[in-house]
Amino acid sequence: MPAVQETVEQVRSIDVDQYKYGFITDIEVDKAPKGLNEDIVRFISARKGDPEWMTEWRLDAFRRWLTMQEPTWARVEYPPIDFQDLYYYAAPKKKAGPQSLDEVDPAILETYKKLGIPLREQEILAGVQTSKVAVDAVFDSVSVVTTFKEELKKAGVIFCSISEAIREHPDLVRQYLGSVVPVTDNFYATLNSAVFTDGSFVYVPPGVRCPMELSTYFRINEKNTGQFERTLIIADKGSYVSYLEGCTAPQRDENQLHAAVVELIALDDAEIKYSTVQNWYPGDSEGKGGVYNFVTKRGDCRGKNAKISWTQVETGSAITWKYPSCILRGDGSRGEFYSIAVSNGYQQVDSGTKMIHLGKNTTSRIISKGISAGFSQNTYRGLVSAHRKASGARNFTNCDSLLIGDKCGAHTVPYIESKNASAIFEHEATTSKISEDQLFYCQQRGLSEEEATALIVNGFVKDVLQQLPMEFAVEAQKLISISLEGSVG
Amino acid sequence: MAQVTPMRTAAETQLLDLFPAVKARLPGAAEPRQQAYDAFAKAGLPHRRVEAWKYTDLRASLREAAPLADAPSAAVLGEVRTKAAPFAGLGPALAIVDGMFEPSLSDLHGMPAGVQAVGLAGALGTGHALAAQVGQAAQADDAVLALNAALMTDGVILRVAAGTQLERPLVVRFVRTGSQARAAFTRVLLVVEEGASLTLAETHEGPAGVGHQDNTVVEVITGDKATVQHVRLNADGGGAVDLSTLGVKLGADCAFTSFALVTAPALTRHQIFVTFAGENSRVSLNGGALLKGRQHADTTLVVNHAVPHCESRELYKHVLDGEATGVFQGKIIVEPHAQKTDGQMMSQAVLLGDNATMNNKPELEIFADDVVCAHGATCGQLDDDLLFYLRARGLPKPDAEALMLQAFVGEALEKVEDESIRDVLEGVVEAWLRARL
Repeated sequence: MPAVQETVEQVRSIDVDQYKYGFITDIEVDKAPKGLNEDIVRFISARKGDPEWMTEWRLDAFRRWLTMQEPTWARVEYPPIDFQDLYYYAAPKKKAGPQSLDEVDPAILETYKKLGIPLREQEILAGVQTSKVAVDAVFDSVSVVTTFKEELKKAGVIFCSISEAIREHPDLVRQYLGSVVPVTDNFYATLNSAVFTDGSFVYVPPGVRCPMELSTYFRINEKNTGQFERTLIIADKGSYVSYLEGCTAPQRDENQLHAAVVELIALDDAEIKYSTVQNWYPGDSEGKGGVYNFVTKRGDCRGKNAKISWTQVETGSAITWKYPSCILRGDGSRGEFYSIAVSNGYQQVDSGTKMIHLGKNTTSRIISKGISAGFSQNTYRGLVSAHRKASGARNFTNCDSLLIGDKCGAHTVPYIESKNASAIFEHEATTSKISEDQLFYCQQRGLSEEEATALIVNGFVKDVLQQLPMEFAVEAQKLISISLEGSVG
Repeated sequence: MAQVTPMRTAAETQLLDLFPAVKARLPGAAEPRQQAYDAFAKAGLPHRRVEAWKYTDLRASLREAAPLADAPSAAVLGEVRTKAAPFAGLGPALAIVDGMFEPSLSDLHGMPAGVQAVGLAGALGTGHALAAQVGQAAQADDAVLALNAALMTDGVILRVAAGTQLERPLVVRFVRTGSQARAAFTRVLLVVEEGASLTLAETHEGPAGVGHQDNTVVEVITGDKATVQHVRLNADGGGAVDLSTLGVKLGADCAFTSFALVTAPALTRHQIFVTFAGENSRVSLNGGALLKGRQHADTTLVVNHAVPHCESRELYKHVLDGEATGVFQGKIIVEPHAQKTDGQMMSQAVLLGDNATMNNKPELEIFADDVVCAHGATCGQLDDDLLFYLRARGLPKPDAEALMLQAFVGEALEKVEDESIRDVLEGVVEAWLRARL
């Protein structure tokens, strides 16, 4: 098992605090004043160079938000958030806007190097054509750089920051923005609609198979800032796109807020594969600090035989509140959700999915693996529903939880609602700890307890890891081992 | 989420007015009653925003709260006497008619040795020693349970002495009469002492098509090493609203089995709260619901593993025809330190009608690591291949369906160990299936 060996070595090389992305990049930033009011919304809108309709859209959302209350139904506990004590806009200070990578602040580039993002894409220079990934990097509130734009353009794929899309492709944005996650969807989505600062926009034209993996790295750097990014991906008829998302944040004692909205739209016969490796700072071993991750992710299979697949590896964040969902509207459409949620220390995870079967012969599959260790609480919360007209709907759900240590909790809260006689739903869930027999077997063959645990955990999550693109699968495997470091014995 | 305090519905107002009006007549327990009433006044009728009642919106479906049933007249009692009870002759029976315990219809003198039976109203009124245990096993923050605690008029307290082994089941009949919709709030407390073993069978009987409203609580408190089988048969004539709570508190080394069959009422909500107070106990909760038309049946259970080394099993089967709605909500809680817990829960549903609905919510809430817990939930149609197999062997389609459904429900029915009772239940299932042909 070379991968496992690598994992173990990786774990050894990690310092006590375990989180390797905890550094702070010292750069000049341009910030909006603290707090939130209509002026701040206008300020953000002006900074982003929004057209008039966008400003109005934001203000409308903000006014709605003022009337809404924070949801409390999730199994997470945290002190009340003072929304007036946050910075809603922070951008690396720049002169005229980088035209090329050379003009980007070297400190930021250094950051990305530390994060292991191949931002400079040396493959182009070397002429290597394999495993190319186009990257859009979002630093605090703004998109810093998007690579491979030209090559994508040749294929007809639009991949840019959302603020650029609002300016350059207003028709597409207006048509689809907020059509999957309405402005008033929930407290955090509405907040995001008012103050979102950046994010990625992808449009794949009909019949195009996106020539490379698209990827976004999100980074919260500034103190006391909230990050509110918005991603909109549209796969037109018969197209295919695979999108990766990675997140990190520095180690700070204060909690940081991250409230993103991701909207996916798949038209007839289109397929979107969305993978996330979420590694926000989870707080220290005492539960101090960490990112509050309140994310609304939803995909809409609007056309016939469309397919949306979510794959997520959740290892970071002090609190995760996230339910990537699929609305299976088109006949024959398919939704998939593969998830690994690892929690350690005092992390709290409340995550799952919704599969809403509206069209005929729609199918969905949910594989969720929760691993809790330390003092963490890990909840799977999911909904599978078939509406009256969803004849022939089919769902299979499997959610397994693994407990490491006796101070943590693992919970499963599935909702299964069928209103159609021909819908077939199957759900199974198990909770257990790592079997002593398996551990003994591995240890007897010379593995240490930690190595044995890593091996068994990797086996436990194998089904989901297989769904990740290659580049991420290796990273994810390492991450899981690191997250669980110190939980054994 | 904003705590919305909605306008009071007609039914809520009627229920709130009912308590002050009848308070003086209700036997004993004045203070707990007032507390329960206050709790209900605060919560109101449960609605879909109350998580435990998500799929049964009582606030919307209970338009009117029926007035309290009058004590049955001699003529009514005479009529009840002539009717055949489902479990007649299987064991000594006690009858609660229209909310009142009826000694004249009960085999009080035929009670086996070691069994003590007293009326609940009398016991509460006189401060009987056993009355102190009322409310011990059914404890939950629930508006329907609170209503019962506030308004219970009568019922039975049964005590089975240590070491008593009952061969024949004890039967408790809940009978409703009259053609006007009336409400009854009744309660049964079963105290099983150490090492005792018995079967308790309850039946709910009533006239056809009358919208009676029943709120029943059955509490079971056991000492160590007790074995209790519980069976609940809902065989009223249809049309009733039947809200029931089963509260169970088990000592160490106990075995508790329950089976509930629902075919008749318009709306049922059967909630079960089980608490393990001693180690090495086993619980098996089972049920079947056969529904058609616009019937609605909700089974909600909470099994709380508060101590280590206990085992729980749940198996529920729903057959839904027409526009019927089935609800299953099961929650297994494993508290910290409740190591070596073994919990398995299964809910299966067959949807026969195109407009039938099944809502499943099997939950696990686990705070200990050395446990084995699992749940499964399925819903779908009858397997076409199996149907074809049977039809190819000459069975007409309806018969083939009936055979498959019988087997489907039968899996849960098998958990009833008392043969005489199981035969009766099988008869009820067969009758329902025959009526479909």
